[in-house]
Amino acid sequence: MKKFNTLISTAIPLPISDIDTDQIIPARYLKSTNREGFGKHLFYDWRFDNNGKQNPDFALNQAKYSGEILVAGKNFGCGSSREHAAWSLTDYGFNVIVSSFFADIFKDNALNNGLLPVQVSEQFLTSFFDRVSKDSSTKIKVDLENQEIEIVGTSEKENFQISAYKKECLMNGYDDIDYLVSLKEEIELYEKNKVLTY
Amino acid sequence: MGKTLFDKVWEQHVVKEISGGINILYVDLHLIHEVTSPQAFSEIEERGLPLFRKEKMIATADHNVPTINQHLEIKDDLSRKQVQKLGENCDKYAIEYYALGNDYQGIVHVIGPELGYTLPGKTIVCGDSHTSTHGAFGAIAFGIGTSQVAQVMASQCLIQTKPKTMRITVDGELKKGVLAKDVILYIIAQLSADGGTGYFIEYAGSAIESLSMEGRMTVCNMSIEMGARGGMIAPDDTTFDYIKGRQFAPSGNELEDAIHHWKELKSDNDAIFDKEYQFDAADIAPMITYGTNPGMGIKIDAKIPMTPDTENSKSFDKALKYMNLKSGESLIGKPINHIFIGSCTNSRIEDLREVAAYVKGKQKAKNVNALIVPGSKQVELQAKKEGLDKIFSAAGFELREPGCSACLAMNEDKIPEGEYCISTSNRNFEGRQGPGARTLLSSPLIAAATAIAGKIIDVRDTL
Repeated sequence: MKKFNTLISTAIPLPISDIDTDQIIPARYLKSTNREGFGKHLFYDWRFDNNGKQNPDFALNQAKYSGEILVAGKNFGCGSSREHAAWSLTDYGFNVIVSSFFADIFKDNALNNGLLPVQVSEQFLTSFFDRVSKDSSTKIKVDLENQEIEIVGTSEKENFQISAYKKECLMNGYDDIDYLVSLKEEIELYEKNKVLTY
Repeated sequence: MGKTLFDKVWEQHVVKEISGGINILYVDLHLIHEVTSPQAFSEIEERGLPLFRKEKMIATADHNVPTINQHLEIKDDLSRKQVQKLGENCDKYAIEYYALGNDYQGIVHVIGPELGYTLPGKTIVCGDSHTSTHGAFGAIAFGIGTSQVAQVMASQCLIQTKPKTMRITVDGELKKGVLAKDVILYIIAQLSADGGTGYFIEYAGSAIESLSMEGRMTVCNMSIEMGARGGMIAPDDTTFDYIKGRQFAPSGNELEDAIHHWKELKSDNDAIFDKEYQFDAADIAPMITYGTNPGMGIKIDAKIPMTPDTENSKSFDKALKYMNLKSGESLIGKPINHIFIGSCTNSRIEDLREVAAYVKGKQKAKNVNALIVPGSKQVELQAKKEGLDKIFSAAGFELREPGCSACLAMNEDKIPEGEYCISTSNRNFEGRQGPGARTLLSSPLIAAATAIAGKIIDVRDTL
C-alpha cells in the first residue's frame, strides 16, 4: 500500500447525503476480475446519461472543479461491501474523502487502499460547500500525522479521528495482511484451545 | 456487569487484542462468491501465501448468474469469465464449491443456513454486506471488502474494532398481513439509513421470538440498511429445530452437546447496551418505501412525507424527483408493471409459500410482469415438490432458477428505465434494479397483492 502523510489539494464538492456504493460504482461494472480500471465507471450513472453523454451539471464533469479530495454529504459509502467503490475512487485520482459520517464497511475498504476517510463536523462541510461554490480553487489541507484538516486560508480547522493502528499503517504503507500472517503461531494456538471446533 | 449476546460470541473469537479496542478476530466460516473473491485470490497468489484453512470456506455462484437456462453456457462474456474464474480458483485450492447446476447452489446467504453451515455462536464473514442474515442464528456475521477476504484466506482472521451494541426490542403480537419484512422496514424507517452505523444490533422481544427462522433471517438481513455491521437474535428452540437434520449441521450427541453450549448464548439480564430502542408490534403495519434509501419507508396507506427541514432536504428532494413521486401523495392505486420476488431478503421457501397461498386461484393483472426467483436450488426443488410452481404458473407468475437476479441487476434481469418495481429485495437505491429503474421495497405479500391488482393496494383489505 502506498504511504500517506500530508495532502494539500483543491477538492470536488458533492453535497448529497447517503451516497451509496451503487452510485459510486453501479453493480453492472463489477464484472472485472482484477483491481484496475474502475475509475472510468466511478459515479457512472450520475456522470453520464443513457447515451453515454456527459451530464454537465455533475461536479466531476465541471472544469472548474478538480483535485485529489472529494467532499460529500453524510453517510458516504452506505450499502454494499464492494471494495470496487474504493478502487474506483483511487483509480479516478482521489486520495482523501471528506464527509460528516462514513458507512463502516466503506471506511475499512478505503483504509485498506490508502484512501483516507476524514470525518468532519456538519459545520465544516457546510462551510466548505459555501466557500467552494464561490471560489472553486479553494484548497483543503489534510495532515495525517497531526490528525488535522483545514480549509486553506481560513480559520476553519479541525482534528479528526483515526485509530493509532490504522494511522501507522497508512503513514508507513503497511497492509493488514502482513501483520495477520505474522500471527500464524498465535492463531494456531487459539484454534487448539477452542471449545467448539466447528 | 452482565454480558450481551454479542459480547459473549465476540469474546470467544478474540485471538489477541492489539491496542485500544482493536482485536484480532477469528473467523469460523468464510463464504465466497464470484464477484468479490477474484482479486482476493490474486492478492494471496501475488504474495505467495497459502490458504490458511480451506475447509472453513464455502463457495457458490450467485450475483452474476442468469436465472434462465442455467444448464447452458453463460451468454454474457464478462459474467461467464467471472464465474469461470471462481470455478478455477476453487479447483486450484480445493474449496467446496456449489456451482451452477449443483443441487446446493444458490444465494450465499440462503444456502449457508439451509445446508446447516450457519450455526449459533459462529463468526461468519463474506464479501457481501448482507452477510448479516446469518445473525438470525445467534452468530456474529458481517460483510467485508475484498482486501479483508484476502486477509481471511491468508490467516482465518480479521483486524476489527469492537463495535458498540444496540438492542431493538419489539414486543407484542404482529397484526394480520404484517410480515417480518414489515417489521424491519418499520424499524429502518424509525432509525433512518444511518441510525445503526457503528453498532451491532440484537433484536429481541416477543414479536421477534414469534418469527420463524426465515422471518428472523429477513430481519437480520436488512440490519446493514441502517448502517449496522450486523444484527443477531439469541438462539432458542425455533433455531435448534431448524438446524436439526440439516445436511452439514452436527447431529446426534454432537448436536446435543452443541445445543447445551448454544443455550448460554443470550444476553444476561443485567447486560448493558450502548443504545436501546423499544417498539410495539401493534404499531407496525404493512410497509412500502417511496424513496431511494431503505429508511424512506411508510405504512402502505400513509402519505409520502414533506421535505424535512434538515441538511437532508436536498437529498430528499433528489430522491422524490428520481422516483417521480410527490410529498403528500399516497401510493395506494399507483399502477405497477413489475414485481420481483426474490433476493437474500425474501426468497426462502416460506416466502414462496406465502406468495402461493395468496395467489392461488387468482390471476395476475395483464400489465404486470411477475418474476419469482428462488434463493437456492433447494428452495426451487422444494417449491416444485409442494406444487407451488403450478400455482405460480396458473396465476401468470414466472418461477426462475436461483440467483441474486433483479435485486442488483448484474445479470440480464433488469427493470426498464423509468418503470416502477415492487420488490421484496433490500435496496431501493437509484439504478439498483437497472439504470433509471424505480424500486419500491415491500413484503412478499404486498408484492403478490400488487401483481394481482396491477396497482398498489392495501393488502389488509383482501385478507
